[in-house]
Amino acid sequence: MQRRKFITKSTLASFSALLGAEIVFGKTIPENYNLIGLQDPDPFKLFSKNKEMVVLNNKPWNMEAQAHLLDDKITPNEFMFIRNNGIIPENIDVENWTIEFDGESVKQKKTYSLSELKSKFKQHSYQLTLECGGNGRSEFDPPAKGNQWTIGAVSCATWTGVRLKDVLEDIGIKDDAVYIGYHAADTHLSKDPKKEPISRGVPMAKALQDETLIAFKMNGKDIPLAHGYPLRLIAGGFPASASGKWINRISVRNKVHDGAKMTGTAYRVPCKPVAPGEKVKDEDMCIIESMPVKSLITYPKTGAIIKKGNSLNIRGHAWAGELEVERVSYSIDFGSTWQSCELKAPRNRLAWQHFSAAIQFPQEGYYEVWAKATDAQGESQPMLLPGWNPKGYLNNACHRIAIKVG
Amino acid sequence: MNKQEKVRDAAKKLYTLMFSVFIVVAILASFLIYLMVDPNLSAFKSSAKSNYTAVNNDNQAQLSEEEYDKIENGIHIRTGFVDDKGLMTVVNNCTNCHSSKLVTQNRMSKERWRATIRWMQETQNLWELGDNEEIIVDYLATHYAPIEKGRRQNLTAIEWYELKN
Repeated sequence: MQRRKFITKSTLASFSALLGAEIVFGKTIPENYNLIGLQDPDPFKLFSKNKEMVVLNNKPWNMEAQAHLLDDKITPNEFMFIRNNGIIPENIDVENWTIEFDGESVKQKKTYSLSELKSKFKQHSYQLTLECGGNGRSEFDPPAKGNQWTIGAVSCATWTGVRLKDVLEDIGIKDDAVYIGYHAADTHLSKDPKKEPISRGVPMAKALQDETLIAFKMNGKDIPLAHGYPLRLIAGGFPASASGKWINRISVRNKVHDGAKMTGTAYRVPCKPVAPGEKVKDEDMCIIESMPVKSLITYPKTGAIIKKGNSLNIRGHAWAGELEVERVSYSIDFGSTWQSCELKAPRNRLAWQHFSAAIQFPQEGYYEVWAKATDAQGESQPMLLPGWNPKGYLNNACHRIAIKVG
Repeated sequence: MNKQEKVRDAAKKLYTLMFSVFIVVAILASFLIYLMVDPNLSAFKSSAKSNYTAVNNDNQAQLSEEEYDKIENGIHIRTGFVDDKGLMTVVNNCTNCHSSKLVTQNRMSKERWRATIRWMQETQNLWELGDNEEIIVDYLATHYAPIEKGRRQNLTAIEWYELKN
């Protein structure tokens, strides 16, 4: 025991030496947690990501999956996309981490420690789909500014935490509450301490849903650093930017939250459809809420060559923001005919659903398998790009894979 | 204790003190001389450096000085930018806050690159660029101009493989 303590202490001391600074909260570093400043600059090791993940940006860190990497029913960390607006916080002090509730519409301000939050409220686990609002941006024409996500900025992990609504009930909120906005520990790229890289939120109706969590676990473990350790707001079905990472404050607002990336073109689309490339005034832009219906073929990986006469088993996931997916179809003739896939019910509300099919091909040749999901309100994925918007959000065009038979 | 003993004792103390002072000065001096030779204390850090690199939010590859601004096949290796008039102006003004990857993955017209600069100046603490603005916008609009993609592109870069059933 004594010896162990000594090793820990001396290890900490040597880490401090390497960093050229004292690790102030060294004692509170969780077991097996690696200090970001000490880790290999290899982002795959740094964030424990699979080598096939694609780095879009290294400052700030942005990384996406490829379709075939998302085959798991519950997305593990290694295949979960990373989207950052600012710099990942360092030296997180879990022992003293608190979350404050303030804003015009709280009856009184209140602060909880991490342990209070965990012990005072009932804990819930849900599998929740988080998709970046800009997933699919790379396909828009004229091109839209920002990280050029293709199809891999989506995940569906299991999140564990307390319901935001239970906490809000404990605090007491006024009748004029309209919106909640989060604040977090990440820092602005310009290193200006007065600037928040991102501070978004959700309307009260979403904040009070059962599945809206203040989460501290992802897939049964501490949330990985890149995904919001130690505390993350989770609002499945909304653009993933509404699910703030590293949160330390939630403001209950009597108006639509006006934090960073809530205004201008950020996470907003034209309220009325516009022609590609058209200029849109700020006041004509509306905040994205529920994400649109979408699906992804996760097996096989695009490029499969199969023998003539063999059938091809495909599978994947479909999701529809706040709604449930009603059916998924596939086409091997560029949409001339559609066949239905088998579709499973979601594990819980706001979780993606799994589909599968066995496909027969009429003759040798090049094929594309297209998948199309339809939501509970009858809306389907378009085969072409949906309505153009200045920042290239909400591309839910059908996913397709290339197949050769012969 | 008689007088003689007292004197001897005091002398002993003085000797010890002087000796300690001498040792301390000697250590300090040798350290200072060492600092002149190796101001970064690299001899002590070398083993650490090979294992770890500090601060990964700034993911600058560790490059030697001659490699720092190396150009290969018309590409500035460190940033991935195309080598042409204005390259270093772009590197120096556009990669301080975000990486060059945020620039090179985008395609915009001159007007939209300029609008992006304005947006960064208004909201993201980008400084006034003065005469450099024209150089930067020209460079970006030349090398990172939009390509017409239409409403849906062909599937490209397919890696074919045999799927065993």
